[in-house]
Amino acid sequence: MIKRIAAAIVGIGVAGGVGFLAYAWYPAIAPVAPPPPSSFSAAQVERGRVLAAGGYCAECHTRTDGKRGVELAGDYKMDTPFGAIFSSNITPDPETGIGRWSEAAFKRAMRKGISRDGTQLFPAFPFDHFTHMTDQDIDDVYAFLMTREPVHSVKRDNTVGFPFNIRLEQAGWKLLFLHEGPLKNDPSQDAEWNRGAYLAEGLSHCSACHTPRNLMGAEKASAPYDGAPVDNWIAPPLNEHNPTPVVWTEDEYFKYLRFGSAPLHGSAAGPMSPVVHGGLSEMPESDVHAIAHYLAQIDHSATRVSQDPKAIAWAMQASMKDLVGPQVNPNAKLYAGACAACHANAGPQPVEGRPDLALNNALWLDEPTNLFQVILRGIGTTEGISTVSMPSFYHSFSDADLARLAAYLRATRTTLPPWTDLEKKAGEVRKTLPVPPVASSH
Amino acid sequence: MTTFRLNGREVTVDVPGDTPLLWVIRDEVGLTGTKFGCGIGMCGACTIHIGGRATRSCVTPVSAAEGADITTIEGIDPEGNHPVQQAWREIQVPQCGYCQSGQIMQAVSLLKDYPSPTDEEIDAVMAGSLCRCMTYIRIREAIKKAAATARGDASNG
Repeated sequence: MIKRIAAAIVGIGVAGGVGFLAYAWYPAIAPVAPPPPSSFSAAQVERGRVLAAGGYCAECHTRTDGKRGVELAGDYKMDTPFGAIFSSNITPDPETGIGRWSEAAFKRAMRKGISRDGTQLFPAFPFDHFTHMTDQDIDDVYAFLMTREPVHSVKRDNTVGFPFNIRLEQAGWKLLFLHEGPLKNDPSQDAEWNRGAYLAEGLSHCSACHTPRNLMGAEKASAPYDGAPVDNWIAPPLNEHNPTPVVWTEDEYFKYLRFGSAPLHGSAAGPMSPVVHGGLSEMPESDVHAIAHYLAQIDHSATRVSQDPKAIAWAMQASMKDLVGPQVNPNAKLYAGACAACHANAGPQPVEGRPDLALNNALWLDEPTNLFQVILRGIGTTEGISTVSMPSFYHSFSDADLARLAAYLRATRTTLPPWTDLEKKAGEVRKTLPVPPVASSH
Repeated sequence: MTTFRLNGREVTVDVPGDTPLLWVIRDEVGLTGTKFGCGIGMCGACTIHIGGRATRSCVTPVSAAEGADITTIEGIDPEGNHPVQQAWREIQVPQCGYCQSGQIMQAVSLLKDYPSPTDEEIDAVMAGSLCRCMTYIRIREAIKKAAATARGDASNG
């Protein structure tokens, strides 16, 4: 009897294994002669250009560490908990790019995360989002990519160690986490919401950064849009866990995503800069409105917006704190000397272009990461509001200065508990940055 | 290569992207009205306008000004007769004068945000602009005078 049970278990195991291999195995799709650019219409290529911008293809398929690579030629270094992954060359170079990929091979990669030769792709490539795109949109992106200048460029080797480097495992990952196929229309929602959902969940893959990931590197289904660390920044929560005192309304989202700054929340900086200025800026305004419309429902802003006037009134009081009359508090003096000229607001509303810190995302998040990033790096004209810039205080402040400035602001410009280990965290953020100029000798 | 507009003129400079904007304005372009003070963005002497907003140029890398519209003390009025400059002269604000171009640039920006500033608003916004000669009382007076002029408030002028 025991033998029979054992045999049955082995039998099921073998059958399961064979079944899994059958599931996991994909044939190579035969290479094709690179399609001539003239085989795509100008209109389709233009549609593809806009879609490729809205999907930020170039952001992860262009090398940025060391020397700057040619756009879309790959070799972008992505640090993951499993090791570094270097992105592939998606120019139509026949040898090193996707020149020999047929439209069917490209579509399979976008939908299923399978390379042309049948190998499993890592989900660093967000096929779990691109799978939701329509056939037409995927074909248009293909048309755009295949009409780029081919670039011969070989990427560096991934450093993902055993056992995660076994690509067959990705098939199991997909079994658990990939919901393949175009996004279903939700008839209970209006057309704008559905368009926003299509863009946010598919092409523009917002949750790839704004949803925390589990131990297997997949977005946690239990915590959608709960915020997550990304590239030494924090991608803030986009749901009701976002801690800012004023809610993210559709209008705030739209201004942020279209112009790089939400007057009652702050500017797009760091990894969000190219999302706004390199990606969404190419999309039609109606699409950016749709994303804002969709995100504003995720955070249930409509049910909370009534508290905003009170929050703004409080922030305007806090904004002027310690700025009038003689000051003995050295932390307040640090703030008054370096920050207040641009950030103090007398109210009743913050002045446009004078970002108020008592309303600012960076000050209300659970960790000071983004605050330190912005103080150390500054914000250039290619980020945030594109006409203005914030200086870099990299050489102005020691880690100890940053710590007391952050502690002071957190205590006086928010109602939240203090941050901890500030000096150490300031040093950690500083370490991730290149050294800006020393302006102290002239 | 970085390109921006400086006092209405297009300027292209070939310097490393991390060069402080102040160095570019003074040494590359040759406009020396903007002063070097502390070099760490804590005194306000190097204040210019980027996109109309007061910005410390000593800690702004030139790369962060790509495509920007920049105004220095030389550019706020062709004749040096901006209402703030007039008020400065009439009240004889400067003593040694070193910090004054930064003070004026910050004041011009303040008046855009708060056209009739209170003492509190002046203190909050001007606190980052230091003056070792302690001309603060006259700075405050001149800002109010310029605000009154801009309002056409003759009784205060």
